[in-house]
Amino acid sequence: MALSSDRSGRFADLLKGHEDAVVASWTDEVAASLRGRLSRAELHRQTSELQKGFQGAFAAGAQNLTDDAAAELRAQLSELSSMRARQGFTATETAISVYALKDAVLRVVDEGAGADAAALREYVAFSTFVDRAGLFTVDSYARAREELIADQAEQLLELSTPVVKLWEGVVAVPLVGTLDSARAQVVMERLLETLVETGSPYAIIDITGVPAVDTQVAQHILKTVVAARLMGADCIISGIRPQIAQTIVALGIEFGDIATKASLADALRHVLRQTGDKVAQKTPRREG
Amino acid sequence: MERVPVLKIGDILLVSIQIDMEDQVTLQLQEDLADRIVATGCHGVIIDISALDIVDSFVGRTLATIASISRVLDAETVVVGMRPAVAITLVELGLSLPGIRTALNVDLGMELLAAGRAENGETEADDTDEPAVTTP
Repeated sequence: MALSSDRSGRFADLLKGHEDAVVASWTDEVAASLRGRLSRAELHRQTSELQKGFQGAFAAGAQNLTDDAAAELRAQLSELSSMRARQGFTATETAISVYALKDAVLRVVDEGAGADAAALREYVAFSTFVDRAGLFTVDSYARAREELIADQAEQLLELSTPVVKLWEGVVAVPLVGTLDSARAQVVMERLLETLVETGSPYAIIDITGVPAVDTQVAQHILKTVVAARLMGADCIISGIRPQIAQTIVALGIEFGDIATKASLADALRHVLRQTGDKVAQKTPRREG
Repeated sequence: MERVPVLKIGDILLVSIQIDMEDQVTLQLQEDLADRIVATGCHGVIIDISALDIVDSFVGRTLATIASISRVLDAETVVVGMRPAVAITLVELGLSLPGIRTALNVDLGMELLAAGRAENGETEADDTDEPAVTTP
C-alpha cells in the first residue's frame, strides 16, 4: 500500500511536530529489546538520526522505500544494519530497532487525534512503509553478515597455511584441517614461494592435522610435490596416521618415489641424513 | 637477431635466458653453447630461467635438447630459478620436463654440479639417486 504524497507530507509534519516524544519512546522500545548492550546515549543518537531520515524522506514526498526521495533513508538503514551485524546483534534485534518506530508513532497518535477511522487508515499505510524499511534492514543485515563471513573465511585460509623453517635449507608445511582445492592451491603457492625466497632445497609436508585423505587430497599433495621437484626442491610427506595409510592403500593411491614418513621427526632425520652426506663431502674440501 | 649470452664462471658455463625462446634464438643458443663447451672444456652448464614467465612444451623440449647436447660433450646441465607460477602451470598441464635436472637458484645449481663431479670422480658414473639425462 503506497502512501499518497499529501499523506507522506502529513507524516512528515507529524514526525516533526512530535520529534522529541517519538525519539524518546522509540529509544525506550529499542533499549528494552537490546537489554543494555548499547548505551542509551548512543541509541538516542541513532534513533534521532533515523527519525530525521524518515522525516526527510516523507517531506521529500517518498511514497515507497524504493523512491529516490528515500535514498538517504536507505543509506542510513544499511549503515545501521551493517554496524549491528558487526557488533554481533541478531537479525530480529536489528529489525526491531526499525519496527519500534511504529509503536512510538502509535503512542503519539493515540494521545493526539483519538482513534477515528481515517487516522487508523493513515496509521496502517504508515506502518506498511515502516515494515518495508524493517525488511530492507534485515536484507542489508544478511548481506553485511555474508561479507563478514567471506572475509573471515579468507583470513582463515591465510592463517591456516604457515610455512615454517625447520633447519637450514629445510622448510615444513604443517597442514591442519580439510584440504580442498582452494586451500591446496594456497598451500602450493605459499610453499613454492617460500622455497624460492629461502633457497631451501628440502620441504616437508606434514599431514598429521588432515582428518581424511581421499584421492582428491592425494592429488593436490602430489601436484605440490611434482611442482617443487620441477623447481629443483625435494618434498617429503610426513605425519601419515595408521588409518590414513590404510585408506591410501585401499584407494590405490601411488606416491611413487616420493619419500613418506610416519612422523615429522623421521622426515627431518631423513633430510638431515641426505644433506649430512653433502656437508660431510664438502667440509673437508673447503678446509683443505 | 637477439642472442643469449653464454658466460664462463670457473668450470661452469652460465646461460641466463631473458628473452622469448623463438626458433632462431634457440638454434643459435644450442650452437653457441656446444662451441663454448668444446672451446673451454667446461664440465657444467647452468641455465637460468628465472626471467621466463612462460615455459611451454617447446621450451621444455629445447631445454632437454640442450641438456642432451651438453651430456654428449661431457657437461652436466642444471636448469635453475624456475618460478612457482611456471612450475604450477607445468604441473597443471601435465608436463614434467623429462631429462632435466633442476635447482632452486644458481648457488644450489653450482653445488649440485660440484657434488655430481665429486661423486663421478670417486665412483665412475654412479647415477642411482639422480634422474639421469637420457642420451639419445
